[in-house]
Amino acid sequence: MNCSKCDKPAVIELQHGALCRSHFIRYFEDKVFSTIKKYHLINPNDNISVACSGGKDSQTVLHLVKEYLLEENIQTKLLFALAIDEGIAGYRNKTLCDLKKFCQQEKVKLVTISAQKEFGFTLDQAIKKLRKKDATEKPCHICGVWRRYLINKYARKHGATKLITGHNLDDEAQAVVMNIFKANTALMSHQGPITGMHQNELFVQRVKPLYFCTEKETKLYSLLKGFPVGFVECPYAQEGYRAHIRDMLNEFESEYHGTKQGIINSFLYILPAVKEQEKRNIEDTIKLCVKCGEPGNQQVCQACKIKERLSNKDAKQI
Amino acid sequence: MELTVFVERKNLRKKVKFSGKNVNELLRQLKINPEVVIVTRNNQVLTEEEILNSKDKLEILSVVSGG
Repeated sequence: MNCSKCDKPAVIELQHGALCRSHFIRYFEDKVFSTIKKYHLINPNDNISVACSGGKDSQTVLHLVKEYLLEENIQTKLLFALAIDEGIAGYRNKTLCDLKKFCQQEKVKLVTISAQKEFGFTLDQAIKKLRKKDATEKPCHICGVWRRYLINKYARKHGATKLITGHNLDDEAQAVVMNIFKANTALMSHQGPITGMHQNELFVQRVKPLYFCTEKETKLYSLLKGFPVGFVECPYAQEGYRAHIRDMLNEFESEYHGTKQGIINSFLYILPAVKEQEKRNIEDTIKLCVKCGEPGNQQVCQACKIKERLSNKDAKQI
Repeated sequence: MELTVFVERKNLRKKVKFSGKNVNELLRQLKINPEVVIVTRNNQVLTEEEILNSKDKLEILSVVSGG
């Protein structure tokens, strides 16, 4: 099969035609740049932090943010990669190794925050301890709380005004379906290319330039660009609710092309109404956690609740 | 025909007897959803319609992130 724009061999077949290597790269970059422009994800005065795991999505978004700044001649005072080491043996150490190499190639400063230093436990240690009390404890829940807490706290501490994440269209379609299945309409109102309901100086605004790029397109881009992304699987990945939703949507997509894009298009259509509805249900003020002082929507934040659960006389001092 | 296939997710290289024509048919035979993989031959990315030849050495790369 040849490219629909030239005679070269195609590397992907999309709904609007097949594309060769160079036309795919141009198509992908144009899509990311137009998302940034359409939703005003990056402004000239922004100090930018890019949340990075070392996988294909974060390497791609870091590279393209740099390219975008160059193309638009935006001279930001600050651009750095922010990584969280949750402490997952045999997994995170490998992706962080890829990330270190990539940041050196891209000449971007890398800041790595250790969950063990912050909370006193690696994720492996924490889940082992918590499961002694409750066998149903979910590592993905703890990991998600820790990551959101740490990237916001340390992006802000390093002076960032924007926090860029590598969430792609598959991630977002999964989140929409998960929130519908679990009736989490409050969480739905926080989704979209720009995350969050609140504008508050303690929350660094999170934005998603890969919002309209599928996981397959992102993988292909990173492969064609030769980014150092090794395949390594999180030992907890199959335990999450998300993994079931992901597999279900991929089965659907294979049978009915455009399913994931359809979910996102429908979601964006109703998002303004969801946000409006949710504004009536929530208090306007952000609460500060009485224990750590970080922002949240309850008196004690989720990260401190996990800390409390981990604290007993047998535990290390947190 | 016989193909040599490396499946990245399982870190497994194996010989596969294949009577179909293209990448899509191979993935169906291996019960792999084309949505979650990229197939390469000699480091060249193949579309699902690409015709396969006997003794091809293929890599099936995982699209889904490890996390």
